[in-house]
Amino acid sequence: MKIKSKASLIPYIIWIALFVIAPIGLIAYYSLLDLNGDFTFANYQNFFTSAYLTMTLTSFWYAFLITFFTLLIAYPTAYFLTKTKHKHLWLMLIIIPSWINLLLKTYAFIGIFGLYGPINAFLEVFGFDPTQILFTDFSFVFVAVYVFIPFMILPIFNSLDKMNPSLIYASRDLGASAWTTFRRVIFPLTIDGVKSGIQVTFIPALSLFMITRLIAGNKVITLGTAIEQQFLVAQNWGMGSTIAVFLILIMFASMLFTRTSKKGGRV
Amino acid sequence: MRSKLSPAAKIYLAIVFVVLYAPIFYLIFYSFNSGGTMNSFEGFTLEHYQAVFDDNRLIVILINTIIVALLTGLFATIIGTLGAVGIVSLRNKKMRNVFLSLNNILIVSPDVVIGASFLILFTMIGVKLGFASVLISHIAFSIPIVVLMVLPKMLEMNTNLIDAALDLGASKRDVLMRVILPYIKPGIFAGFFMALTYSLDDFAVTFFVTGNGFSTLSVEIYSMARAGISLTVNAISGLVFVITVGVVAIYYFITSRSKKAEEV
Repeated sequence: MKIKSKASLIPYIIWIALFVIAPIGLIAYYSLLDLNGDFTFANYQNFFTSAYLTMTLTSFWYAFLITFFTLLIAYPTAYFLTKTKHKHLWLMLIIIPSWINLLLKTYAFIGIFGLYGPINAFLEVFGFDPTQILFTDFSFVFVAVYVFIPFMILPIFNSLDKMNPSLIYASRDLGASAWTTFRRVIFPLTIDGVKSGIQVTFIPALSLFMITRLIAGNKVITLGTAIEQQFLVAQNWGMGSTIAVFLILIMFASMLFTRTSKKGGRV
Repeated sequence: MRSKLSPAAKIYLAIVFVVLYAPIFYLIFYSFNSGGTMNSFEGFTLEHYQAVFDDNRLIVILINTIIVALLTGLFATIIGTLGAVGIVSLRNKKMRNVFLSLNNILIVSPDVVIGASFLILFTMIGVKLGFASVLISHIAFSIPIVVLMVLPKMLEMNTNLIDAALDLGASKRDVLMRVILPYIKPGIFAGFFMALTYSLDDFAVTFFVTGNGFSTLSVEIYSMARAGISLTVNAISGLVFVITVGVVAIYYFITSRSKKAEEV
């Protein structure tokens, strides 16, 4: 394979330079500019004021909640799926909703959670007065979890599927309870799947802005919403870039977090 | 491992399925509602579907979306496949890892950051926001997934095949076209399919880099949804659902057939 020319790399290298390295550089550069294009550290000073720090913390908190509930629902689903008869067909059926346009699914919840929507109609049967579910924190977390579930199920399903079932038999034969087997054997062996599931949920959850706009009202509660606001509404690219710099740093941290897992996974 | 699912597990799975599909069917159900809302079903009608097809602007947007997706699939697959071939040909392990890490950056990047940084990039180098900027961004963020789909196929390929072809007098071009490409075809196909879905599904990046004149389906649905409930959107979701299931069925059929062909 030594003679194979490296010419095929050229368009790819151009792509990396233009669309991977340059954009990060530009974001870093713009984060040091004020509204008039002059050099400044004011954006960073701004970021460390209480307003932005509170927003960052809330964003983290929501992302944590979303990831937690997604994992809580997705893990058993993936586990039970591996035990069904036609597991790949069932997995396919779980994945199909993730291919329906995200906007459409979000839009559905505007109707479902609406004041006269089915959820309120259902609650009314039990004598509750219709309440506004839309534009609450609950609706935001619910819709986000709904959106991310298939993406969390997929990697967990794959790692469960790869696991050697005799390990479970061995554990049970040696007297471990079902719970101990899960805690000490199954879960540690599928931790890679869980990690990549968390990765595809947590970072996007930090940067969601469409769902916050449509479902959570116009509250700025995620880093993504703040970036969108600064870039497209306030036209303050400097401040927007500064927030983006922090998102990028978090992203690199998460890349490191998943890389260590790969070493352990290779036996 | 064939321990039977307990009834509780079955119920759990059933609930997850119902919750995952309910919003979609809810949308489709009310797309046939002759009343204007998503709350009370008044009577069956196809007028909302009619409205989609009568709306020239919407049809243009739909065509735009499909054209962008197909072109994205094409270009991202070409550049990504060449990239994967090139990465594998690198013998320096360190270089390879550098490329792979750079490749993964766009995959883990939040789409807001991709959108914002591309917006800066296009304004700086003077690309007019519109069709070109949307297409270029879609190609850009679809390339890494193509690489990831093709790479495993490249790595599992037996290098003796290439050596044999070279020994038998094949040119480099022949080796690429007649040995490597046929072997990694399933990976290329999967990459193309992923690029298509990335492009069709994208909202955030497009939202940043689209100008005033150009719109894709996602962006259009967003502005319609912000304006409130419109059953035209429901009719669109009915159409999107049917097309999605159709494409998935075709994809499933093709891949399972090629798997069978491999086994024979």
